Amino acid sequence: MARHSDIHQFLRKTERWHPAEILPWLAAIAVFFLLPEYLVLGTQILIMILFALSLDLILGYAGIVTLGHAAYFGAGAYATGMVSAHLGWGEPISGLLIGATGGAMLGLVSGAIVLRYHGLTLLMLTLATAILLQELANATEIWTGGFDGLTGISIWPLFGQFENDLYGRTYYWYALGVLFIVFLFCRRLVRSPFGRTLVGIRENVTRMHAIGTPVYGRLLQVYVISSAIAGISGALFAQSNAYVTLDVLSFARSGAVLIFLILGGSGRLYGAFVGTFLYLVLEDELAKLSPEFWEFGIGLVLVLVVLFFRHGVLGALEDLASRLRSGRP
Amino acid sequence: MEQFAKALVSILFDGIAYAMLLFIISVGLSVTMGLMGFVNLAHGAFAMVGGYVVVSLMNQFGVPFLPALALSFIIVAAASIPLERLVYSRLYAAGELDQVLFSIGLVFMTIAAVTFIYGPNPPSIEMPALLKGQWDLGFGRFPAYRSFTIIAGAAIIIVLWTAFEKTLIGARIRAAVDNRTMAQSIGIDVDRLFVLTFAVGSGLAAIGGGLAIEIVGVSPTFAIYYLVYFLIVVAVGGLGSTFGVFVAALILGLIDTAGKYFWPDGGAFFIYLITIAILLVRPAGLFGRE
Repeated sequence: MARHSDIHQFLRKTERWHPAEILPWLAAIAVFFLLPEYLVLGTQILIMILFALSLDLILGYAGIVTLGHAAYFGAGAYATGMVSAHLGWGEPISGLLIGATGGAMLGLVSGAIVLRYHGLTLLMLTLATAILLQELANATEIWTGGFDGLTGISIWPLFGQFENDLYGRTYYWYALGVLFIVFLFCRRLVRSPFGRTLVGIRENVTRMHAIGTPVYGRLLQVYVISSAIAGISGALFAQSNAYVTLDVLSFARSGAVLIFLILGGSGRLYGAFVGTFLYLVLEDELAKLSPEFWEFGIGLVLVLVVLFFRHGVLGALEDLASRLRSGRP
Repeated sequence: MEQFAKALVSILFDGIAYAMLLFIISVGLSVTMGLMGFVNLAHGAFAMVGGYVVVSLMNQFGVPFLPALALSFIIVAAASIPLERLVYSRLYAAGELDQVLFSIGLVFMTIAAVTFIYGPNPPSIEMPALLKGQWDLGFGRFPAYRSFTIIAGAAIIIVLWTAFEKTLIGARIRAAVDNRTMAQSIGIDVDRLFVLTFAVGSGLAAIGGGLAIEIVGVSPTFAIYYLVYFLIVVAVGGLGSTFGVFVAALILGLIDTAGKYFWPDGGAFFIYLITIAILLVRPAGLFGRE
């Protein structure tokens, strides 16, 4: 039994908060007071961070490479949007739950099928699933609004009290709060024995089979959790824009979230924060100057990241820190 | 009834011409993925660049269409060699994720550069008189350019098939696709095969891009928009299988054309449904080996 308690001690130790972990949250609060004109952009960034966080669970921790994660973002966005537009239910918190359910149900059905495959087949299946849904949404115009987008979404005040204002103040706090709660959950999850199992599967699936881990079951569980979180981010997106277009399901969105995560560094939760923030802020600034310049730049950065900085911005910083500590140049 | 028959013939014609285009572009991708195990999402960008090389040669240097196609094959094939040696080869051993991200980065850079030079709209070229209008073959009249595309596609298929099945180099490539380690151990220089097939595959993509100008139109976003189709053709056909790529291109070309004709809003839906169904039953594609 001594062994067992060692493990628990180890897990408890990693559970403790590092002082640096408070920084991004302080920064997010500071933005509210210092840069009030950027709150609408800030809200979108927070939503995309949540989406990238959901991808980190399956890609960064469990090692599932997907080109179709927008499927679950879109499912959440359309679920929340359609319940409001067609059934007239616009209560925000339950809207999030509807989005989470939409994402999770789709994740359960598609995950149960695609997770039996790997490599290129898995890549193609995830890609085709997302585009299939996009085509489905395009063809079922009466429900989804098709190509013109879903209009008529009306979201009630938050907790029945707080109406969103012109500067998006309410929704900034709303998105930040949701992100924080989901983040706490993810942080706990990846440090639990379940999270360790996922890393084991990522690192050496044969060995995990050999020690008796139900690999497929674990992968499906994390896939559903990740889909639910992607669904929540989609629901937030639908609520904050009061408008959903086919673009929520697009290949471009699946690709973009992958880039956010890799840029920041996958498998470390905060990578989703750093990558998404850098990408969207730079895009906002540079794309205004010259869209081609921006697109070329992000392409070049991706190529360089893959060739030289395999662990993203955070990985590069960690390397630098450990080099400084060991006193070598 | 007669109108229906006419529509059917037109779908068949357009569908086969489209399938040839898909085949010419995708076959190189299939070999790259089969031989080197590289998920090259930049393959559509090579085709797009090929299209723009044809446009430049014709509009700025007055080269006629057919020589321009041939030149674009040579230019893109030659340009792809240093790319393969210097960067692609570094990532053969890397995981799919690295390859995907690297090639997406390359696609972004290419799209941005081409948009910067040529602008975002699809350019137009002046076709030779022979390829305009219709060909009257005695027993019927056929759209000239589509007939030409089908003939060009058939010619490329015959050349590729002969090279693959009847030459020593072809035999080496097949051996390397089947079992790279074994091929290396009997003295086949696999690295050189990589360069050769990569260059030929990229060159063929360039020809496809040139042919596509008059069929689907080539703009910078061609590189992304049609990429999904190329990937589907390769995955459904089976990696490294030339015949599989042909069959998959034919299926996709005909269904897509028929779908757009009979059900414009939801036609593409079927393609993805069929793709998923085929991959579920045969994960390695129709003619791929597990």
